[in-house]
Amino acid sequence: MTSSEPVFKTSRQLLAERLKGTLPARCLLVDDEELRPYECDGLTAYRQLPLAVCLPENEAQVIDILRTCHQLGVPVVARGAGTGLSGGAMPHAEGVVLSLARFNRILRVDPKARLAVVQPGVRNLAVSEAAAPHGLYYAPDPSSQIACTLGGNVAENSGGVHCLKYGLTVHNVLRLRVVSVEGEVFEIGSEAPDSPGYDLLALMIGSEGMLGIVTEVTVKLVPRPELARVVMASFDEVAKAGEAVAAIIAAGIIPAGLEMMDKAATAAVEPYVKAGYDLAAAAILLCESDGTPEEVGEEIARVTEVLSAAGARELRVSQTEAERLRFWAGRKAAFPAVGRITPDYYCMDGTIPRKRLAEMLAAIVGMEEKYGLRCANVFHAGDGNLHPLIMYDAAIAGEWQRAESFGAEILELSVALGGSITGEHGVGIEKIAQMCVQYKTPELQTFHRLKTAFDERGLLNPGKAVPSLHRCAEYGRMHVHQGAIKFPELDRF
Amino acid sequence: MDTRLADFVRDTPDGQEAAAILRACVHCGFCTATCPTYQLLGDELDGPRGRIYLIKQVLEGHPVSEKTRLHLDRCLTCRACETTCPSGVNYVHLLDIGRRLVDEKLPRPLAQSVLRGLLRATLPRPAIFAPAVKLGSLLRPFLPASLADKLPPESSPATRLRPPGGRHRRRMLGLAGCVQTALAPNINAAAARLLDRLGIEFFEERNAGCCGALRFHLNDLAAAKKDMCRNIDAWWPHLEAGAEAIVVTASGCAVQVRDYGRLLADDAAYADKAAKISALCRDPSDVLLAESEALSALLGAIAAKEKPRKVAFHSPCTLQHGLQIRGVIEGLLRAAGYELTPVSDAHLCCGSAGTYSLLQPALSQRLRQNKLAALHDGLPTVIATANIGCLSHLQAGSVLPVQHWIELLDEALS
Repeated sequence: MTSSEPVFKTSRQLLAERLKGTLPARCLLVDDEELRPYECDGLTAYRQLPLAVCLPENEAQVIDILRTCHQLGVPVVARGAGTGLSGGAMPHAEGVVLSLARFNRILRVDPKARLAVVQPGVRNLAVSEAAAPHGLYYAPDPSSQIACTLGGNVAENSGGVHCLKYGLTVHNVLRLRVVSVEGEVFEIGSEAPDSPGYDLLALMIGSEGMLGIVTEVTVKLVPRPELARVVMASFDEVAKAGEAVAAIIAAGIIPAGLEMMDKAATAAVEPYVKAGYDLAAAAILLCESDGTPEEVGEEIARVTEVLSAAGARELRVSQTEAERLRFWAGRKAAFPAVGRITPDYYCMDGTIPRKRLAEMLAAIVGMEEKYGLRCANVFHAGDGNLHPLIMYDAAIAGEWQRAESFGAEILELSVALGGSITGEHGVGIEKIAQMCVQYKTPELQTFHRLKTAFDERGLLNPGKAVPSLHRCAEYGRMHVHQGAIKFPELDRF
Repeated sequence: MDTRLADFVRDTPDGQEAAAILRACVHCGFCTATCPTYQLLGDELDGPRGRIYLIKQVLEGHPVSEKTRLHLDRCLTCRACETTCPSGVNYVHLLDIGRRLVDEKLPRPLAQSVLRGLLRATLPRPAIFAPAVKLGSLLRPFLPASLADKLPPESSPATRLRPPGGRHRRRMLGLAGCVQTALAPNINAAAARLLDRLGIEFFEERNAGCCGALRFHLNDLAAAKKDMCRNIDAWWPHLEAGAEAIVVTASGCAVQVRDYGRLLADDAAYADKAAKISALCRDPSDVLLAESEALSALLGAIAAKEKPRKVAFHSPCTLQHGLQIRGVIEGLLRAAGYELTPVSDAHLCCGSAGTYSLLQPALSQRLRQNKLAALHDGLPTVIATANIGCLSHLQAGSVLPVQHWIELLDEALS
């Protein structure tokens, strides 16, 4: 499987017959009419009809499905809420989609041990809501937290606006219960803080459904800070805002969140959220401080000082919890709100060293001109995670292809600037080619050996996250002859 | 979302409107989080985003079967998704179009058509519905649960408000509606007493009837338009004579009256009047907010009770998502001396949803069970709501009294 793409071929009829033997009718979809709404996740540009969709209701059914697929050699693509932005849950043409949406129960909240045991289909925000009566919450908060599920968060190692201080999913999960591709159940991690041996938990988190199917997640809960306040700073120039971010970190401050939105992004969300963003500013920064009232007071004073020195033209500090939430609401709704000003958008997810932010932003302005497309910029600025939103109209011939090339150029520049092609959305199908830029052959071979240890036949989410060497060779050839590819009408991926 | 309309619909008004709505959707999936049926069934096809995709298939000319219809039928049209949607997708208008197109392409089986026809024919007609309720009360033991559920606990005398009598200079029209007069006549009577205290005469016009929502949501647009035009004709002379507003005490009907302008926009004879009426349509809380000074004086005179009555408020979907009124009524109840108990998942539908409780009884009852558990959680002594559909639906499953909030305000002042 390391040198070329594996071939799968089981007929829908045979697969359906076998699955019907173990699943009730309400748990199995096999008609195109019912399958089409599953053909993509949050990244609609990539679509594929699967052979079937399975909607298991318990772990025994998950085991049966995996055993059946393993026997038949049928690929399995796990899916949570389908909010992912890298196409990680895009179906395989010869495979089944294994939806874990019905695993939506919170099994236990233990306030003394500060943890919660949840099923993978539980929504991220629902965990914090269940923990709230105990003064606790689950820290990673991706923008889609209202809808995205813990299973998906584990698969993509999701972050969020607060991961600068509280870490990504990998820093907040204690234990996973997993079903292997052969249908064996195993648990990794424990409620104790550390386990001896290799850190398989860290390996599993962010593995994009390629190593096993998670059926239970134990997460850490953290105490809700006594107080949190946000400083909103406006800047006349995007570059100044970028330098202000670097200045805050250089001053030794670790804010609870440090986010940037440019003018195009604030203009999109303000009518919907009415957060009170400064629409005249070229960019705004949102910097949150949390802790005891004394800590917050002190930190806000220092942040304000640094931001003023960096050239902020206006500073506002949230005066109430409602105002703080309003400031964040605009940031959290930024992606879909861009949908109000463009029929389609393509959300990128590169990461660069913070000090290169201004450079990257200037380059993006140049790319807007080059590709003839607008781009709104939303960043987890504190950790250098970029989310440029490239706006296009899929109904206009050629626009998607231009958007795709625009995105690829941003990602490749991220690598060139010393960063990486993904901060938190995962590689999925979207960034598979850029993995060839990010990693060298021996590194990819190591990934393949790891994959083989868990899934010898390559049935779990094939074609995602880690490219085959064959694919990279193909991508390399295309790159060399850019602009002069033979038969450009042929699908190469 | 990119949609390639098929020939049969490309140049129709429905096709154009649907395409515009689809373009606004970016497929982010936030809507699934607050969709009651997605939460229960855990299938993309039973959430707004999946239904949008199913409708997109129909518009693109793919074959349609009962499978698509099942998932569209399961939608409550609660519009929680619209409140959640950051992209401003007008989901319900798309769903209306989708349901219509599916019924056109695939006529309903006979049994379904007959049941829907019966509902369209009886519910919106007080002359048939009121005696039917009486008859139903006698036959209660023999009726299926989903129907027996809907009957009021005991037959209450049908009271009609007095015709305008010149008690006050300021006057506002009320909508008697169809089922509310038979099931809970005290609601409009309480509204009349309350507004009377504020120096406003609240009266009903006999020739007005069902707002049209019932037939509209059963896909009978022509009959719904007849209902709407009849009401416009009945109300118009009163508006010309100086009635300030049309106050609708059932939030489900209020949403429909607010939509008259859009639904009749292409009707040369009625478009202007319909738009005017939509603009003058008020929820009672709108009126009370506007009269807050006089109301504060009235409420201020109420002696503070040592042990305030505990109320769990159920905000109907038509109130919070349709009319987008949130927190106002809770504030009014508190001002009137009631204590409001916390209610979790307050954004979710109770399962009533017009005729949904009769057409999708299994889902409807699961939603009611969850809703009542959330409402009972804070140990209230009464449940308050703002729509007759939710009121009778919840009452059938709860030992606590379920009342319209305006009745509670009226009681506090009596």
